[in-house]
Amino acid sequence: MSHAQPGLAHHFDSYEQQKESSSLGMWIFLAQEIMFFGGLFTAYLVYRYLHSDAFAVGSSLLDIKLGCFNTVVLIGSSLTMAMAVRAAQTGKKQQIVTYLILTLVLGGVFLGVKTVEYGAKWEHHLVPGDNFHADVAEPGHVQLFFVLYFIMTGMHALHMIIGMAILLYMIWRAKQGAYTPENHNYVEGFGLYWHFVDIIWIFLFPLLYLLGAGGVGA
Amino acid sequence: MSSLTQTASMPEKHYLNNGTTLKSWLLTVDHKRIALLYLFSVLVMFSIGGIFAILIRLELLTPQADMVTPDVYNRLFTLHGVIMILFFLIPAIPGTLGNFLVPIMVGAKDLAFPKINLLSWYVFNAGVILAVAALVLGGVDTGWTFYTPFSTTFSNSNVILAGLGAFMAGFASILTGLNFLVTIHRMRAPGMTWFRLPLYIWSHYATSIIMILGTPVLAIAIVLIAVERGLGVGIFDPNIGGDPLLFQHLFWFYSHPAVYVMILPAMGIISEIIAAFSRQRIFGYHFVAFSSMAIAILGFLVWGHHLYVSSQSVYASIVFSVLTMLVAVPSAVKMFNWSATLFKGSISFDTPMLYAFGFFGLFTIGGLTGIFCATLGLDVHIHDTYFIVAHFHYVMVGGTVMAFFGGLHYWWPKMTGRMYPEMLARIAAIATFIGFNTTFFPQFLLGYLGMPRRYAVYPPEFQFLNICSTLGATILSVGAALPLFYLAWSFKYGRKAGDNPWGATGLEWETTSPPPTFNFDETPVVDRDPYDYAHLYGQQES
Amino acid sequence: MGQHILPVRTYLLVFGSLMVLTVLTVAAAFAHFAHPWDDVVALSIAITKATLVILFFMHVKYSTRLTSFVIVSAFVWLAILVGITAIDFAARAEQTTEQPMSVVPLEMRAIGDEPAEH
Repeated sequence: MSHAQPGLAHHFDSYEQQKESSSLGMWIFLAQEIMFFGGLFTAYLVYRYLHSDAFAVGSSLLDIKLGCFNTVVLIGSSLTMAMAVRAAQTGKKQQIVTYLILTLVLGGVFLGVKTVEYGAKWEHHLVPGDNFHADVAEPGHVQLFFVLYFIMTGMHALHMIIGMAILLYMIWRAKQGAYTPENHNYVEGFGLYWHFVDIIWIFLFPLLYLLGAGGVGA
Repeated sequence: MSSLTQTASMPEKHYLNNGTTLKSWLLTVDHKRIALLYLFSVLVMFSIGGIFAILIRLELLTPQADMVTPDVYNRLFTLHGVIMILFFLIPAIPGTLGNFLVPIMVGAKDLAFPKINLLSWYVFNAGVILAVAALVLGGVDTGWTFYTPFSTTFSNSNVILAGLGAFMAGFASILTGLNFLVTIHRMRAPGMTWFRLPLYIWSHYATSIIMILGTPVLAIAIVLIAVERGLGVGIFDPNIGGDPLLFQHLFWFYSHPAVYVMILPAMGIISEIIAAFSRQRIFGYHFVAFSSMAIAILGFLVWGHHLYVSSQSVYASIVFSVLTMLVAVPSAVKMFNWSATLFKGSISFDTPMLYAFGFFGLFTIGGLTGIFCATLGLDVHIHDTYFIVAHFHYVMVGGTVMAFFGGLHYWWPKMTGRMYPEMLARIAAIATFIGFNTTFFPQFLLGYLGMPRRYAVYPPEFQFLNICSTLGATILSVGAALPLFYLAWSFKYGRKAGDNPWGATGLEWETTSPPPTFNFDETPVVDRDPYDYAHLYGQQES
Repeated sequence: MGQHILPVRTYLLVFGSLMVLTVLTVAAAFAHFAHPWDDVVALSIAITKATLVILFFMHVKYSTRLTSFVIVSAFVWLAILVGITAIDFAARAEQTTEQPMSVVPLEMRAIGDEPAEH
């Protein structure tokens, strides 16, 4: 009954079954994440339909350059994460560590830029609440845009922070040689999660930043 | 061959005595132990929710708010709803009987992710702690539906705490559903093809799909409420262009499919019980299996029927009304198939079957009155009245709770190795049935006559029916409480049941009672259809 | 089912395409297409980018049909949530408020009151 194979859980019959279960499990988790963010996208789409002018105004107050830079950084981190998985598949232990560290660094850069952006929003009285002030026709609707901006990017950032914590753990484990070509489900599974977080941003960027590009109502 | 006819025995070593320390229970990854942990938690919540129900019914004995103030009454029905729905009805069957049986019925040693299974129990209990904290700190008064702007702006109660508790309970159900889906896909024993699976598994599969795709939307609705209330920023606030209906759409997108989370596992139990106690294969197996999937899918398309009188667009309401009529069809298909299963069967009236018969009648009434509610014009009249309250209690209590108790009795010998006292159990089942009808049938009448729900006061002419209802609630509490006592008693003193006391088919009956920690001594190989009672009988003859 | 090890070149090509598409989406925004085409273009580009990530970075091109089914289902469900919710908000505009639905004034009275005298 006992398995002589290291890293094979007791209730699985083979590495194959364990790997397929692990993969399916992560995909199902991502499916529910899609619905989780989906609720936010629904709120955004409804309100944008109802208040398109105000949303364009709100969007024009975001910094497209920083948003663009962050998009490049995050997609870059997806590339390094894919390379990390590849390194695990090919058994290149040092490469796994390197690529995981690169992913972590790029994630940190992304969050650093977001911190700068959030700080700027606070300075310009664009954080919803008592401090909010916008010299526009419908300040309420613009505030609604910013509520959604902060919740959507905030939720996204929270997912990144959790991801980076897991990355730290994985870097430590990778250094210990825990990830082999036969069994690196953790790296693959996390890779899926990280790419998902990237995909969320791929949709957030145009929806939030590019609405009022180059001037509102032009 | 039923093991009750022979001298039954329990194995020396099994999952219950494999480690007896508290740590071996609290840190277990054995799905059967986790099932019992869940059983403990949900029965505690069921009791608390039940106490609130009794308080509500006591208050409603008189037309005035003389036992509690209207403000306290608001908190009573809110907590009754939150606890019963989110902390009992949704987790009960999947967390207890589902956790216990899904791996065994597919022929696996455990669920796909045993540690995540344990995590789900702890996450659930985190939710319990938050909900109880909200209760102890004064409760919530918004109704379990948390509608804005009352919940976000005007209520003076512990909305965020309760909301977070609901969030945790929901997350626990997502983890459970995830586990079931992967287990059913990837861990079936050799020979266990999809159409050899017991219908119980099909129903849990459909339930898990709903948990995965629906619960996250509730989660985000709760997050948005917490942000609006906690940070004072409007999201659903019309003053800044928000729309309270957006909350209702997000809330009900989950909360409607949630009712199918509550009923589908119950239907799975009924399939198993009906087959075993009429000793026939389920008529129309494929239809029943596909109906489960149809209910899960169609159930996602109808949520707007909760928004008929909330100023939702009439055109959207019409669409939702038509779709809601459609979702009744697969449920009806199942009822017809179960009836056909009974035909020319060898029926025995053991306690599980009594509960199943109760389910039959009560779910029929609940389901048919659902059609009343789905009808747009009629719902304008009965919305927010006791008609609705009666309707959902018929399906949730008459349906889910009856099936839960039926399943608990049916598989109790498997889980504990011991039988419960049959006579006492039948009395409890009948008392539950009588008590339930006495409580809730008058409420259809009350609702149609115009008594609104969620009110501590009512016009005096409604008092008689309210007294009937409270009388029924007293009987129902006895019927529902009795099993908790004799089941606990039977753990130690019940007669030993043996491997298969009912002479039923299914992989769970082919292992010992209680099962060993890894479920089977040898991995089973499946070579026959489910509910192969004809084959069983054939063997008995020869 | 063996694991599929993609060549580094594939990953770099995908990354390059994603960069090009990012530039494209920013350019399109500044080009100010007429509504609703601006949304169509933005969404199409975003979907293309997501598809590339899913197929190649997430290896779905080389995964089981079940995996693809899970992803497609999730997006279909999101479409249900957004689409049917949209029916409500879009159709409200259809309801004119000029003509009240009921012209006869309703008599509001409590149950048990005597009917009002006319």
